[in-house]
Amino acid sequence: MNTTSATAASTTFIPAGEPSLTELKAGQTLRILDLEGNQAVDTLFFSLANPRERYDVQRTLRRQGSVYLTTGSVLYSNLGKPMLTIVDDTCGRHDTLGGACAQESNTVRYALEKRHMHSCRDNYLRACVHDGRLGKGDIGPNINFFMNVPVTADGGLTFEDGISAPGKYVELRAEMDVIVLISNCPQLNNPCNGYNPTPAELHVWN
Amino acid sequence: MTTSNTLFPVFAEELLPGGGHRSFVLKRGELLRLTDLNGNANVSLTLLNAHEKTERLNLPDSLKCQHTAKLTSGHCLYSDMGRVLAAITADTCGWSDSLGGVLCADEVAEKYGQGRYQELRNGFFRNGTDNLLVELGKWGLGLSDLLMTLNLFSRVNVDDAGRLHFVPGNSKAGDYIELYAPMDTLVVLTALQHPMDPNPEYAPQPLQLSWMKADASVAEHCRTSRPENQRGFINTDRLFA
Repeated sequence: MNTTSATAASTTFIPAGEPSLTELKAGQTLRILDLEGNQAVDTLFFSLANPRERYDVQRTLRRQGSVYLTTGSVLYSNLGKPMLTIVDDTCGRHDTLGGACAQESNTVRYALEKRHMHSCRDNYLRACVHDGRLGKGDIGPNINFFMNVPVTADGGLTFEDGISAPGKYVELRAEMDVIVLISNCPQLNNPCNGYNPTPAELHVWN
Repeated sequence: MTTSNTLFPVFAEELLPGGGHRSFVLKRGELLRLTDLNGNANVSLTLLNAHEKTERLNLPDSLKCQHTAKLTSGHCLYSDMGRVLAAITADTCGWSDSLGGVLCADEVAEKYGQGRYQELRNGFFRNGTDNLLVELGKWGLGLSDLLMTLNLFSRVNVDDAGRLHFVPGNSKAGDYIELYAPMDTLVVLTALQHPMDPNPEYAPQPLQLSWMKADASVAEHCRTSRPENQRGFINTDRLFA
């Protein structure tokens, strides 16, 4: 497939710190593009036919026997069905365990007075409530594309500088019709966005 | 680290048979001890705020604020609202797994073969997804409330390449884990083998559940283990201020 931006069926620009809710049909390919580098793109997938069916991190990791996502990874649902397959990845590693930042988790992680900084789960809720098909109960553990969170041999979890760079991208082929819910992460308190959140772009090919 | 809390009298005890599932409210101030009776036990667990059940265990939040992928004594289990649903106050096996999750019916059939009620009666092959969904359903909850589960008593190592390795024999007969509730917490659990346990036989192990009236002092080492947990307890105590 000729996946240049000129041949894309659609292109969506996501400014730094904003949400995006789009649909992807089975067989379509989605490219998530890190335009300026080291930008965490917090992403959730739901079945379009039954939005209670969603991406399941534990099943996905268990079935591939590995804690990081890259080319060849199949993203499974909470009902055991394949939702999407990663078909190309110029970054090489994506986080599955760090979750999405929230006002409430920011109070724990950084300081009680950090509550009013912008966050991914506020973005998710805004997009879900406007859309109407999704709500708080649907917001589960997400994928952090372009984010680097290694697990150590003794069970530690470390947040490392990103291994992404300007123009790095990941491509996913939809195995079922899905809703794609994204927060282009606004976190300023750790290196997940290089302390400088930047825009991302989505391209969809038929 | 292990801490035995024999100072607190047990007010209720129950056997959780292998394959069993159970849910109950652990009230603020109560301590739940889970004891592995035969060795090789695994308990898949989730937690919710008993009064506002949209507030649920959030393992990513729990892991990242404590910079850990394993969970053991001294760690807190956080809700998505920045509160401590439970603190792990004692753990003699040293590692509970946050990665493996639970199997669904198809995965159990694939792993162990067919094991229907029709032939096996109450020894039929159960699966973690359905067991937890049944318990969640008793509280009016559903599929969207089954998030990442914690597998108590089990260990999965991650190597440098990110590969997962199940460690057999992490829990011995007599090992126990204690959970202290600093708020009223709905506990939902099932006793089934860890999904990555290589044993090809369906052989879930039983546990003893013991409830104790305790107080916040039992979780002091959890609260003070890092500044994040001090703030988590401040958020939690605000519910009762």
